[in-house]
Amino acid sequence: MPDQINAYLDSDYEAGFVTDVEADTLPPGLNEDVIRFISSKKSEPEWLLEWRLKAWRDWLKMDEPRWAHVQHEPIDFNSISYYSSPKSLEDRPKSLDEVDPELLRTYEKLGIPLHEQATLAGVAVDVVFDSVSVATTFKDKLLEAGVLFCPISEAVHLYPELIQKYLGSVVPRRDNFYAALNSAVFSDGSFVYIPKGVRCPMELSTYFRINEANTGQFERTLIIADEDSHVSYLEGCTAPMRDENQLHAAVVELVALKGAQIKYSTVQNWYPGDKNGMGGIYNFVTKRGVCHERAKISWTQVETGSAITWKYPSVILRGDHSVGEFYSVALTNNFQQADTGTKMIHMGKNTRSTIISKGISAGKSQNAYRGLVRMNPRAEGARNYTQCDSLLIGDRCGAHTFPYIESKNASAVVEHEATTSKVSEDQLFLCQQRGIDPEKAVSMIVNGFCKEVFKELPMEFAVEAGKLLEVSLEGAVG
Amino acid sequence: MLSIVDLHVRVEGKDILNGLSLEVQAGEVHAIMGPNGSGKSTLGYVLSGREGYEVVSGSATFEGHNLFELDAETRARAGLFLAFQYPVEIPGVSNMEFLKASVDAVREHQGLPPYDAVTFMKLARQQSASVSLPPEFLKRGVNEGFSGGEKKRNEILQMMLLEPKLAILDETDSGLDIDALQVVAEGVNARRSDENAFILVTHYQRLLDYIVPDFVHVLANGRIVKSGGKELALELEEKGYAWLEPEVA
Ligand SMILES: Nc1ncnc2c1ncn2[C@@H]1O[C@H](COP(=O)(O)OP(=O)(O)O)[C@@H](O)[C@H]1O
Ligand SMILES: [Mg+2]
Repeated sequence: MPDQINAYLDSDYEAGFVTDVEADTLPPGLNEDVIRFISSKKSEPEWLLEWRLKAWRDWLKMDEPRWAHVQHEPIDFNSISYYSSPKSLEDRPKSLDEVDPELLRTYEKLGIPLHEQATLAGVAVDVVFDSVSVATTFKDKLLEAGVLFCPISEAVHLYPELIQKYLGSVVPRRDNFYAALNSAVFSDGSFVYIPKGVRCPMELSTYFRINEANTGQFERTLIIADEDSHVSYLEGCTAPMRDENQLHAAVVELVALKGAQIKYSTVQNWYPGDKNGMGGIYNFVTKRGVCHERAKISWTQVETGSAITWKYPSVILRGDHSVGEFYSVALTNNFQQADTGTKMIHMGKNTRSTIISKGISAGKSQNAYRGLVRMNPRAEGARNYTQCDSLLIGDRCGAHTFPYIESKNASAVVEHEATTSKVSEDQLFLCQQRGIDPEKAVSMIVNGFCKEVFKELPMEFAVEAGKLLEVSLEGAVG
Repeated sequence: MLSIVDLHVRVEGKDILNGLSLEVQAGEVHAIMGPNGSGKSTLGYVLSGREGYEVVSGSATFEGHNLFELDAETRARAGLFLAFQYPVEIPGVSNMEFLKASVDAVREHQGLPPYDAVTFMKLARQQSASVSLPPEFLKRGVNEGFSGGEKKRNEILQMMLLEPKLAILDETDSGLDIDALQVVAEGVNARRSDENAFILVTHYQRLLDYIVPDFVHVLANGRIVKSGGKELALELEEKGYAWLEPEVA
């Protein structure tokens, strides 16, 4: 497609800067000592150290998955440093006022005025900066409602019985190569528990950001919604410019007990690499939730970053009448590769799932939707609806759809619709002829294309998502 | 307002306009007629800055600007409007959002602030009523699932909101029923003034019954082969283009 478009594909990543925060970083390499170091640094109980070591031993025997529609040089897992934390950890800030101003400025550069956001939007923010949480707000208010929201490293000490019961219960240690790695070396992440019948009084939000060179990120998040409770969790991230590829292998586990509802929204804007395909984050994520009877889990994601995205937020519909939803926007540009989608595993009767996937490819990027819908023999009356749309910008990119349907119950209904369209020269010219610059035009067209997904984002997040998408579009689609 | 001198334009290596000249003054309405494939749409596209139309030689000056030095959106903001022969759909982008982005872009160029949403909504509703487009059409995707006639009305709606100095209407009347044709004509006539000018590309006298042109030109083989007053259109209607054969050939 026209050079005109290609010209807009070439602007720079806005979040490309590096913050100078003194860090205490482990030299690269992975062995038993490293795992012991991480565990002791966090004063973990013996059982957790054992858990990590088992995961590590499993991992040693596993191979990297090769089935995804992505290509990259082999990752040297011994060139990665597995621990890093800001120096200021020793005396943790009690409030945002005490947070390293350098860090706050970083967020401001990204257009995330933390304090404003926290106070104005009533959002509790658990900031993960590198591998350790440095700020937690609104904790008291949450405690009042009985909601537990803290770094998972703290939860290990404060709520050991919950951690022991649920850690690895949805994503087993040896679930897959990256999940095993994460289980061995996970750094930190969020822990949430919503008690029975409680509606969490505010959106819970976390911003992630990679800052140390060569530091893999191994976040671990665990959210437990007890019976008939309700929570909406927001995750967002962005990363500074780097030349080396950085590995990110997070695990997120959601447990929705009887009648509970979890809404998990992500805006992901990791550094995608430069326009020649140099650098960028490798994002290999395992996200999964389990729904008990009448429970509902809804994943909404806006993926604009990373050099490689490998991510399939899934729902196991174990309980009867439970509901799983997946709403996704994945935008790739330049040399980015995304292989993302979902798995809906229908086990219970009358379970329902909805999948709406919007893939946008520009530049020379490759964007694949991979989705599995499985109807187990017991899934009487189960239903799935899948809609999978691809939008191409330019003619050097690719969109691929890999729907897998396994139905072992004759009464289950699976519907699948897929479309592929292009941002045409005609559309862009119409916009230009009406005075609209092409960058804005593409942004409008892409936003229109994504509308069904964006409307699923919580209000507090919609603005942020729009902004991040637009930042990517400036460089990404023009 | 617009001065085209000896314009040669090539598309995909093929010469399409071959020495076209045309003068349009403020306040005038020019009709351009001519056989299919003679280059009428090409003229509209090259003036409005579409990619792929190579200006080999000649010039076009609009309001004192060398048009070919401006990008397409700047030409539009400066008051040059093209109503498309085949309006394209933009699914998912609401007509209202599109119209507002468009009008605000032109206003910004004029140093005016963007409209607030409520004021603009009122204005858009008012104008869409004047082209007989029900307000639902403002909520739908741009031209998404519109009939041919509705698309053309939508073009006129855009023209009314943008208030261009020069509007080029490329066969806006083709395929319209008589009611829609009147809507288009009323739109143009309402905007006709000493400050504005129009170029109407049409095959049919019936449009010119409603919008009486000051000049009629015949475009053939990429140049204007005959110009005259409104009577010329009647003559063409009667005799076709064949009698111009020597010039056409
Ligand atoms: N993009 C293009 N590629 C190749 N030929 C074109 C293109 N656009 C127009 N033409 C050719 O240019 C000539 C004039 O086309 P056009 O301006 O659309 O004529 P009109 O509007 O008078 O019917 C035709 O022969 C047409 O086939
Ligand atoms: Mg034409």
